This record gives sequence, structure tokens and C-alpha cells, in this order.
Amino acid sequence: MSFPWAKHYEPKQPLMRWLDEKLPLPRLVYNAVGAGYPVPRNLNYFWNFGVLAGAALAIQIITGVVLAMHYAANAGVAFGSVESIMRDVNAGWFLRYAHANGASMFLLVVYIHIGRGLYYGSYKAPREMVWLLGVVIFLLMMATAFMGYVLPWGQMSFWGAQVITGFFSAIPLVGDTIRIWLLGGFAPDNAALNRFFSLHYLLPFVTAGVIILHIWALHIPGSNNPTGVEVKGEQDTVPFHPYYTAKDAVGLGVFLLVFAALIFFSPNLLGHPDNYIEANPLSTPAHIVPEWYFLPFYAILKSFTADFILPAKLWGVLAMFGSILLLFFLPWLDSSPVRSANFRPKYRMFLGILLFDVLVLGYVGGAEANARNVILGQLASAYYFAHFLIILPWVARSERPRPLPNSITEAVLAKHGGTSPAKSAVATAAHA
Amino acid sequence: MPRIIASLIGAAFVFVLAIALFGTAKTAIQDPAAESAEHVFHLRPENIHLPSNGFFGKFDNRQLQRGFQVYKEVCSACHSLKYVAFRDLTKIGYTDPEVKAIANQWVIEQPSINPETGEAATRKNVPSDHFPSPFANEVAARAANNNALPPDLSLMTKAREDGPNYIHALITGYRPQPAALLKEFPGAKTPQGLHYNPYFANLNIAMPPPLTSDGQVTYSDGTKATKDQMARDVAAFLTWTAEPNLNARHAAGLAAGIFLLIFCFLAWGAYQNVWRDVKH
Repeated sequence: MSFPWAKHYEPKQPLMRWLDEKLPLPRLVYNAVGAGYPVPRNLNYFWNFGVLAGAALAIQIITGVVLAMHYAANAGVAFGSVESIMRDVNAGWFLRYAHANGASMFLLVVYIHIGRGLYYGSYKAPREMVWLLGVVIFLLMMATAFMGYVLPWGQMSFWGAQVITGFFSAIPLVGDTIRIWLLGGFAPDNAALNRFFSLHYLLPFVTAGVIILHIWALHIPGSNNPTGVEVKGEQDTVPFHPYYTAKDAVGLGVFLLVFAALIFFSPNLLGHPDNYIEANPLSTPAHIVPEWYFLPFYAILKSFTADFILPAKLWGVLAMFGSILLLFFLPWLDSSPVRSANFRPKYRMFLGILLFDVLVLGYVGGAEANARNVILGQLASAYYFAHFLIILPWVARSERPRPLPNSITEAVLAKHGGTSPAKSAVATAAHA
Repeated sequence: MPRIIASLIGAAFVFVLAIALFGTAKTAIQDPAAESAEHVFHLRPENIHLPSNGFFGKFDNRQLQRGFQVYKEVCSACHSLKYVAFRDLTKIGYTDPEVKAIANQWVIEQPSINPETGEAATRKNVPSDHFPSPFANEVAARAANNNALPPDLSLMTKAREDGPNYIHALITGYRPQPAALLKEFPGAKTPQGLHYNPYFANLNIAMPPPLTSDGQVTYSDGTKATKDQMARDVAAFLTWTAEPNLNARHAAGLAAGIFLLIFCFLAWGAYQNVWRDVKH
């Protein structure tokens, strides 16, 4: 694991030396996110988002554990207990707004992190396992976010749970039985709320475990970089600490500024007013919409309006789950050996269309279901599947990649107008 | 081979979407969706520029007290405020003895039990009580209101799109149903017992106009109690009931913003310093 020139942990203090002999935990940290991990010297700000996602998870776990001390997972009192957190718990409003908006910030940085991976080909060999574990994390996050949204037991909580668990009833023959078994009843009620709370508390820790595997798998080939060219030697890398800890601190500051703006000045911007009405199984809201981060998938679900061999609802559910599960196959769907889209003109164009396409899907997911929007959603859903399953496997055949740099250092020096390759990035620093 | 399988699966989804699209387009052409009265005549509320809006926004306690007076003398006849306690009124400038007196003199008493017989009874409110509901239960509320249920107002400004502006627009927005509406949608006449209000989602609201004349409430601070003023004040009061910690939130937000700006500045400096000799 790691490159031969990686720095080694050499504790100077006797206490740390003693600890390292008994339990080399500081060594583990040093090699994982310290000076012992050599990283390409040319990473841009898009490489901040993994660390930001980790920070977001930490914030969610800390605020969530404290909220759970005050929340009551019982359908009769859940809504009221959230209100008492907002009014009577010390800084309860801050904890709850931080946690609710924290979910949005977590999903936001993870979407950018995934987009970074798509653009720079980070899912390709030798990093397939990093990507696969990332998709697992994404699925866990989606499940956790959904179940967390149910806990305040407002109207959108209840009806969202009703719609999402309704997907299982699309399964032929056994669908309804499965749905009733999962919910513990015919509709979401106390049994469902309790199991959602239990799982909502459990899954973040499972996620944290998979993140450890994700980072472990990353450290075997090392980080990708904007050129997509593999590290050739010591001159291509810098130690993670202090170089990228310093750069990540800048990103973390900007992330927290945006986060703070949401919490303190617009805490309900991303929520839905109906969720401030207590759940009422007898009154269906005019528009049931999920949180913003699920809207593109919701649009795909709604786009399948025709029965064709299978019922429309089953097509919708298959397509919605398929739209995420196909990400598992991405490393083998893309046959181009070139990683970075900077050197793949056609793929870059299609990826740009995909970004626009997902934004359109997001709009359609939240918009009124009139004919224009439904048709827009159907076109956008068709491109989504065509992009990953038809275009991506074949585009490399007709694409002429731009010439790749021989090494990361060459690319960096070309950018700065220099020509003489230095022996080591850090050595350059020391001599300069 | 995997590429062919992937393409076939992709083609299947695209094909089914094409069939769905064809169906949608066909329906849209053959049977276009009819316009509805709600769609054409619904109005968006105007901005009432509350002092609590914006980065530096803070509640105006005198306005909140006026709004509380409107709630007490008008709204509380039908609407509960169950998440707010009498003690909370100290946060809008009432003193402890004043709060005690308000609770003690509140017309609706707290449900209780007779300490000797154990039978259902009521007792006077104390500051730690939440505002009592004007109706014993939902059935009683509906029975007294033509089968409509007056909603709890504690969270109303957060439970409606554009909450405070909506409250103001709704309670000042009652008017006769426009002739143009009836001409265009003859079937959309406001039913007996409902009231036309273009700010309400389906245009016909069960609540009768709560503010009927200027001076309905007599403000002790000398402010002229026009209908518009009373509506503004009660919208401000309900903004407070829904978000009682807004002042603290804005103050903490400004402090956090300044702290984080300094943090970003220092982090940027450290980053420049660490990287100053490494080309990247």
C-alpha cells in the first residue's frame, strides 16, 4: 500500500513511541490522512469534497445523537417533541436546523463528489472498488435521509413514507405483503416510525464503516488527479499533510459559511411548509414532493406513464432503482482507457448534457405534473439511461482523445510555462 | 458483449419512455387539461416587510404585543395556540406579574380534574400552561364551525408558503366573488357557508372574515387599529409563535458569519504559505 517514497511515522516523544508499540493508532492516522499519504500535487478544489462529506457526516452524527436525547419516536408525540426541541431545549433550534440542513449539505457535497468522479474518470481501473464502495455509501445515505425525514411526523413525513414504501407494492404477487411487513401495518404508523428511528440511528454508523473501507481502498492505488495520468514518481506527489490539510481547511471554511447561511438565515428554505403540519392520514397534501436531493429520481419514477408488458408503476420503480444501481456497472460500461474528461472531447460534451439533464429532472420532479412537464421528464429520463447504457459504452470508439501529458509534473510545469522537470515537488520547494 | 447487453437494457428503457411520451402527447392534444378557477384567480400575497425579515431582522416587541392583543380578542375565539405557553410571553416584553394576570384572566380555562371527586373540571391558567384550546376536541370544534376545523396557529407562518405575507393577505383579502370568474367558470360559484378569498388555495374558505371593521381592537399604545394594521400585527405575532428564537438565531448567525470569514481568511493564508514554493 502507498508509494515507496511515502514518509514513515517516527514518533519522537517517548509517550507516542510507547503508544505506537502497543497500539499503532497514530501511525494509522498518519498514513491515512497525515504526512504518510503521498497525493498528486495537482489536485484542484473538486478534490475537497470527500473531506467535506466526511465533515458533514461527523456534524450529522454529533447533532443527531444530541437530538435523539430529546426526540420521542412515538406517532402520538413525535411532532410535539420536535416542537419542544425547537422551543424549550437549550439551543435546540440550532441542533435541529443544523441536522435538517446538514442532510442537504451532505447530499450536496456528495453529489459534487460523484460528479468529480464522473468527470475525471475516478471510477476506472485501478479504483473500481473505491467507486463501488462509494455507490454503497450513496445508497446508505439515501435510505438514512429518507427515514430521517419521516421522524418529525409532519404531513410530508407521513405521505413521503406512504409513497416510498408504496414502491414495494409494485413487486408482482408479493408486493403488498412485503410492504405491510416492512411497515408493520397497512399504513405508516407507530410501528413504522419506531423502526425508521432505529434504522436512522444505525445506518450512519454503517456508513462510517463503509467510508473507512472507501478510504482504505483509495489508499492502495492512491488518489486520481485532474490529468488522470498515474503518479510516476516522487516529484508528482506531495504529502497529504500539510499540503492538502491546508487546502481542505479553505474548502471547509467555505462549506461552513454556506451551511451557516442556511441554518441561521434561511433554515426552512429547503424544507416543505406542509411538514410543519402534523401527520394526518385522513388529509392528503395537494402535492407530495420529496426533498430536493431525491427530485431527479422522483422525476424518473413519474415519467413511466404507460403500461407495456409490465404495469407503468413497476417500470417506474425499476427505472428509478435502476438509475442508481447502474452506477455499480460504470467502471465496466466506460471502455475508454483515458480517465480525465479534459482529454475526451466527446465524453466531455455528453457529460455536460448529462449535468443539464439531471437539473431538468430535478425541476420536473418538483414541478406540477402537466403535459409539458411530463414530456420534459420523459425526454430527460430517456437521455439519462441512454447516456449511461448506450452512449458511454460506445463513445470511446469514435472519440479521439487529446494528447495526454507524460506525467503530472510535466502537466504542472507546462501550465506554469517551465520545462525542466524537478526531481521532487517537495525538493523543489526546499531548494527554491 | 457486456456493452451489447447494456445497450439493450438502455434501449428497453428508452423504448418504454417513448411509448409513454407518445401517450402523454396524444392525451395532451386530444383531451387538453381544462383551466380551473383556482389556477386563474388565485393571487400571490404581497410582501408586508416585517421588521424580523433580513439578516439584521429583529422582532418589534410592541408590534408583537399588539398582535397578541388581536389574537386574544379575535382569533382565540376559534383557534388554539397549543405549542406556546403563557410564560413565553415574557420574551415579547411582558413582565412576570403581567403574564400571571394574562394567564389568570384567560377566558378559556385549563382542563383539569376536581381534586375531591376526580370528575372532569377546569381551573384557572398559570404561566406554565400552554394556551388552552377553545374547543374540547375536534368534534366540538367542527360542530361549532359548520364542519370546518379551525387549525392551530402556533406554526401557521411556517406551515404555509410565504407564511407571514399569506396571513396578512388572507385576512384582509375577503371580497365578493368577481363577475369575471362566474362568467368564465359558471360552476365555480362559492358554495353556501364558504367565503370567497383569492389568497386561499381553492378560493373558498370556511373562515368568515375575522377583521370586519377598523378599530375592532383598541390598542393601548395609541397605534390606529386599521384592518391592515391589525392584520400586519397578528402576522408578526404568529411569526414569533412559529419561530420564537428568531432574534437569537439572527444574532448567532452574524457572529458565526464573522467567525467563519476570519477562519476562511486565515485558512487561505495558511494554504498560500504552505504551497508557496510548490507549483501545482
